Amino acid sequence: MRLQVNGHPVDYTGAPFLWSLRSAMAPASEVTIVNGYHTNENQRLREGDQVVLIQKGQTPLREELEAMLLARLTPGVYERVRSAKVGIAGLGGLGSNIAMMLARTGIGLLVLADFDTVEPSNLNRQCYGVSHLGMQKTDACANQIREINPLVQVQTYPHRITARNAVSCFGACDIVCEAFDNPCAKAELINAILEMEKGPILVSGSGMAGMDSANRIHTRRALRRLYVCGDETSEAREGVGLMAPRVTVCAGHQANMALRLLMGETEP
Amino acid sequence: MRLNGRDIALETAIPLLQVLEKFQYDPAKIAVERNGDIIPKSMYSQTEIQPDDCLEIVSFVGGG
Repeated sequence: MRLQVNGHPVDYTGAPFLWSLRSAMAPASEVTIVNGYHTNENQRLREGDQVVLIQKGQTPLREELEAMLLARLTPGVYERVRSAKVGIAGLGGLGSNIAMMLARTGIGLLVLADFDTVEPSNLNRQCYGVSHLGMQKTDACANQIREINPLVQVQTYPHRITARNAVSCFGACDIVCEAFDNPCAKAELINAILEMEKGPILVSGSGMAGMDSANRIHTRRALRRLYVCGDETSEAREGVGLMAPRVTVCAGHQANMALRLLMGETEP
Repeated sequence: MRLNGRDIALETAIPLLQVLEKFQYDPAKIAVERNGDIIPKSMYSQTEIQPDDCLEIVSFVGGG
């Protein structure tokens, strides 16, 4: 039967069971994943199954690394997202976390824009560590991406994005995740992109401060080409901080909506 | 007119800026769609809303 094993097409003629395949091809593997699901059962194999066999502690060959990194994705997702271009406007609490999630999901190209550098008060919610303090956020984020998924291409814009450069920065993207801090900058970017006749779809974050119930964070389609994630009311202000759990929930909403859009789903 | 899904009584056309002021929207923190098309920011002061228009206004808050 024809299978895919660690990313390679294989014509397998042995007994149609997972342990038999493992014995034949990679007897020392401890992790067995079939069609995105990590299983410990000796299940029957079917024509076209995608199997990944991983031996812990072994550095895989480059051509097998790709299949292993993405073994747990829903089948069919990687084929679609590897040619996608997603822009991330702002690399703070929302943007840096969106970047990590989309990198892990195998998005082909991430366009990262932020004028700022990493400083200690960022660490309570952004993807950076102590080793990144003082670095340009675009560089620090690009480094993190390379560390978690070296297959992802990255373009960086270490500049402030305004109505004047928004289109040249993000115009070629399929989707732009708006992750700015300042509500006027949010509006400026969103309007510049929406005013393009055929431009990217926007997924914006608005309202994720404090520690109110995370259940109030939602995704809705606000305009024809704009989805909004957040609770749309909790703004950062004196007495109400920005903290990792709620910020990351909102970032998760944005990353998930971006993935859904790339897979052809338009409902929030 | 219809604003964010609610019917609002409107006898004659009124300037968009008047609608924004009445419903306390800050023009610098919003995006506006009329009948499915985005209204460019540069056109806010010249746009009139008709009684049969359908408006969607999204307002953004700070933090991220």
